[in-house]
Amino acid sequence: MEDFSFVSEYLIPGGWILLQCLILTVGILVSLAFLLYADRKIWAAVQLRKGPNVVGPFGLLQSFADFFKFVLKEVVIPSGADRVVFLLAPLMTFILAFAAWAVIPVADRWVISDINVGILYLFAISSLGVYGVIMGGWASNSKYPFLGGLRSAAQMVSYEVSIGFILVAVLMTVGSLNLSDIVLAQGPDPKSGAYYGVFSWYWLPHFPMLILFFISALAETNRPPFDLPEAESELVAGYQVEYSSTPYLLFMIGEYANIVLMCAMTTILFFGGWLSPVPGLPDGVLWMVFKIVFLFFIFAFVKAIVPRYRYDQLMRLGWKVILPLSLGWVVATALVMKLFDVAPYTYAKALAG
Amino acid sequence: MAAQVLPVIAFYLFAGVAIAAGFMVTVARNPVRSVLWLILAFFSAAGLFVLIGAEFVAMLLLIVYVGAVAVLFLFVVMMLDVDFAELRAGMAEYLPLGALIGIILLIEIAFAVGVGFASEGAKAIAVDPAPGGVENTRALGLLLYDDYALLFQLAGLILLVAMIGAIVLTLRTRDGVKKQSVVAQMHRTREESVALVTVKPGEGVGGQTGTTPAE
Repeated sequence: MEDFSFVSEYLIPGGWILLQCLILTVGILVSLAFLLYADRKIWAAVQLRKGPNVVGPFGLLQSFADFFKFVLKEVVIPSGADRVVFLLAPLMTFILAFAAWAVIPVADRWVISDINVGILYLFAISSLGVYGVIMGGWASNSKYPFLGGLRSAAQMVSYEVSIGFILVAVLMTVGSLNLSDIVLAQGPDPKSGAYYGVFSWYWLPHFPMLILFFISALAETNRPPFDLPEAESELVAGYQVEYSSTPYLLFMIGEYANIVLMCAMTTILFFGGWLSPVPGLPDGVLWMVFKIVFLFFIFAFVKAIVPRYRYDQLMRLGWKVILPLSLGWVVATALVMKLFDVAPYTYAKALAG
Repeated sequence: MAAQVLPVIAFYLFAGVAIAAGFMVTVARNPVRSVLWLILAFFSAAGLFVLIGAEFVAMLLLIVYVGAVAVLFLFVVMMLDVDFAELRAGMAEYLPLGALIGIILLIEIAFAVGVGFASEGAKAIAVDPAPGGVENTRALGLLLYDDYALLFQLAGLILLVAMIGAIVLTLRTRDGVKKQSVVAQMHRTREESVALVTVKPGEGVGGQTGTTPAE
């Protein structure tokens, strides 16, 4: 009997969780391959180039060719580098980028871990992403990576603060830290059941925060126009200078996984997650994927059309523009909710039934 | 019984890693590695918080200490220019003092924990970390904003004063530093910024009177 309970209590649920993780990870990795291709194609289209078009039909398999190239090359570790930390840094970026996905609900109840403090977990994990960059920059024992690492440390910590305040503003209207609750709060009204599709989502009431969140997400993921940690005109490639083959690949996959994660976060916070944009159409995972891909398109577009910021301008924007605005929005949201007696979603739901 | 095995294994794993990492913080050769071990210790502590059902505190520990404070530690330590061999040479000298402080701290913790265990209601809390099914985010919020609102506000005010103090102490305006005024920059017009200068052969722009844009 003891063995049987071990199987039913640990082995089967544990195996099921592992299977879920595997499906999600493989799904993200395969989508990343094509998103990377899409990123390059969009970038090329803006610059009137063709982009990758040789490997496979329309160059669709380019990412896989790149993957094999990275994996098959030699790992070069610079002399004088701290070997352990040097190899730990890309692993850290990669693992953290995927660990964050554990709490992302891709559809109703389709989530590996539906924890109460989901949004805080996401915020915590994404704020840890900075370690991969700092560790990589320091362990390389080289000037440019070090400068890149220092830049990114200051940059990511600065923009995290405003992301935090934007989250607070949204959370006040939800009344819960659970990511599924945040999506459901943008769905049908708990009392009347009214649902206006696109216009029920939080991008409308929190519109200024959507823009600020998007800008902060760009800075948090080191995407252009805020890619100063790897600015090639000043720092060659920043913290990535000394990295080659698989460690570099891990950095790159982690970076893109973080970008898609930020798109998923924007989707959940402002675009209603898996909810359908038209009332009556069925909700589902496809809407979530569509919204993430659309946001990724905007990320790619911004990369192509916007020139890089100067470092002091970046810091000024973070601390003197975005932070006061998001802080003010928190106060304004609280004021409006108090004055017009708007109950957070979870309280309204508890009252309704 | 079987349901208790996994939390116990997790507890010893987190506790063991926390202690080992804490030890490594003090003996690591390189200060940057010390900070990295410290981060591991914070991480294990967050795991322990999750195990006792305080997931909100665990996440705050990660966000505040690992995500911000330790980053600043690392930032400072990476830029330190100290001779590590020289620092380590003094280790034997400071060991007795360090051991004394360590023992005092240990005794204090023992007293605090002992009192906590002996107090009434400690047993009840140990059995059910979330009495009444109130999740700890909500419980903390209710306590802080309803019962202790004034104390909370006062703590915030003290922090604000500290922040302003830190800024005032470190703020210095130096002469001779070229700084861009963003507002002025954005209000520049084409007329005052660009001048068309006809350059005579053999003279160059330097010979012209109209070198300044204002001309």
